[in-house]
Amino acid sequence: MRIIVCVKQVPDTTEVRIDPETNTLIREGVESILNPYDQFAVEEAVRIRDGVGEGRITVLSMGPDQARSALIKCLALGADDAVLLSDRAFAGADTWATSYTLAKAIKKLGDFNIIFCGQQAIDGDTAQVGPEVAQHLGISQVTYVEKAEVEGRKINIQKQTEEGYQILEAKMPVLLAGMPPTSFEPGYPPMSGILKAKKKPFEIWNAGDLGGDASRYGLDGSFTQVIKTYSPPPRGKGVIIEGDAPTAAKKLVEALVKDHVVSGGD
Amino acid sequence: MGIDVVLDKCTGCGLCVKACPFAAVVVKDKKAEIDARCTLCGACADACKFEAIIIQRPEQTTEDLSGYKGVWTFVELHGEGIRKVSLELLGKSSDIADELGEKVGAVLLGRDTARHCDGLAAHGADVIYLAEHENLEDYYTQTYSAILCGLISNHRPSIVLFPATHLGRDLAPRVAATLGLGLTADCTGLSITEGMLLQSRPAFGGNIMADIICPGARPQMATVRPNVMKAREPDTGRKAEIVTVPVDIDLKGLDVVIKDVVSTVTKGVKSLEEVDLIVSGGRGMGNSENFAILEELADILGGGVGASRAAVDAGWRPRSDQVGQTGKTVSPRLYIACGISGKIQHQVGMKSSDTIVAINKDPEAPIFEIADYGIVGDLFEIVPALNEEFKRTLHKGK
Repeated sequence: MRIIVCVKQVPDTTEVRIDPETNTLIREGVESILNPYDQFAVEEAVRIRDGVGEGRITVLSMGPDQARSALIKCLALGADDAVLLSDRAFAGADTWATSYTLAKAIKKLGDFNIIFCGQQAIDGDTAQVGPEVAQHLGISQVTYVEKAEVEGRKINIQKQTEEGYQILEAKMPVLLAGMPPTSFEPGYPPMSGILKAKKKPFEIWNAGDLGGDASRYGLDGSFTQVIKTYSPPPRGKGVIIEGDAPTAAKKLVEALVKDHVVSGGD
Repeated sequence: MGIDVVLDKCTGCGLCVKACPFAAVVVKDKKAEIDARCTLCGACADACKFEAIIIQRPEQTTEDLSGYKGVWTFVELHGEGIRKVSLELLGKSSDIADELGEKVGAVLLGRDTARHCDGLAAHGADVIYLAEHENLEDYYTQTYSAILCGLISNHRPSIVLFPATHLGRDLAPRVAATLGLGLTADCTGLSITEGMLLQSRPAFGGNIMADIICPGARPQMATVRPNVMKAREPDTGRKAEIVTVPVDIDLKGLDVVIKDVVSTVTKGVKSLEEVDLIVSGGRGMGNSENFAILEELADILGGGVGASRAAVDAGWRPRSDQVGQTGKTVSPRLYIACGISGKIQHQVGMKSSDTIVAINKDPEAPIFEIADYGIVGDLFEIVPALNEEFKRTLHKGK
């Protein structure tokens, strides 16, 4: 079983706050972390490899040198080897250029059965890179995967929908973009894993290693351009209703009736 | 291409360091330095008062893009009807098309779908591209993508909008990668600037907004969040031209097959995106049984029950109830948040609600910063009191 997991290092957006005075981001103390959805994807890959009883998991990331720590964490979680795609030429990539770059690297890695992606990265939240990688590779994709089990040459998948879920059957090779299970809390890798991680193969590839069309990488290869970023306009602060529970409830309902949010008869 | 600091102009003031969402700027020896974490988003250049940061964007293609005309909406069906977000996108497409002087296109794929044409015309479609086939009854990435790519190549629209639903977010990137097009995810604002589509979207869990354009490729494509655009009032007198799309689809070659479809939403109950009023519970609810008082309130008001991620992660509510960054985006007339602290990740999913009420025992809870009405106190006292009060008031009206 040959599995490739695409991961990303992201700022921990749950720690980011807006300064109410200046309406700007407070970034102090915000760490770079392995995207939590990607951690789930790595853990799923490990579970599937160990369930099948044989195989190799490569974790793949595009990012600056600092992203190495995110890949090391994946190795500590049980992945077998890691490749970091790092080059100034990759900077400023939109989802098209990112997926083109990842697909080039995957082709260089050779044959595979499954590519795992986290459902989305918590900084950009686009969820586009997975399907775009699948298209560049000419393979099928399943997004919003809740469960996946390998059975012989096929995979049984539970896919989340707005109203519930679907049961799907997919042939390999396939790309799966996964949702974390209900109780998912990204944890720390075991100490034994952390020790082993340092000895596992780790490669850094640049644009020259990937070959391909240089104009497809990074900003040059991007179709979309961010022309402005800004803090969202704050919503006006409202009224705090005072009083004990019955009084507060009465005042609130009166206010909602007055605002015509609910109808109060008459 | 790239980003440069003009050393003569840089004063080392550090405004750029504060502005950078990616921690890519540091001040060393009183000069800004930008490292590889930079995504060229431009926040530092905007923040700099001395014009000391310069971003060079690549030259855009000189290909003539004026031949691309038409503002399209991909229409998503659900059950027997059209998913509400599709009508919202038609409304937005109509505004954009009016401004550009182009026509509104609706792309409708499925089985026996011609019956929806009148509804689409009434909501703003000028041209309906109708692909009907028994093999299009179920959505498969491969089949839908193939038909859409063919349509776009043949008819060359200038803009294509998709709903940012599970289906839309599966299909749109596939089409973008196939045709070599830009795609902006999860937009909450769309407008026209210098003839181009200006796409606004939250990033960073809603902490920042980004404005995005796609200068060099057509069509410009975006997925758009449900419940942020307004559908037009239906005009049943409107007629649309119907273009029948030839379909030759075989399901035998598919690598992915649907075996079963399971709904966890009770039949006849509207989904959270469609209800007018939502009562939502968070960590403060304590357990799943306590949601009964929220169910009661929702029943009295004729709405639905939502949940924060904390309540879903705890297993108290199904994932389909989750509101927020990793759940649903809702914008009901009234949103009542009970025992929800309201971190930015939750706010992203509900702050466009018309009226927000927050009930929480922590006066410092961030939810109070966006609430129109807040009550600080024990929700297990306040919600039952509220239930009584609403019953009394609404009863008076009957």
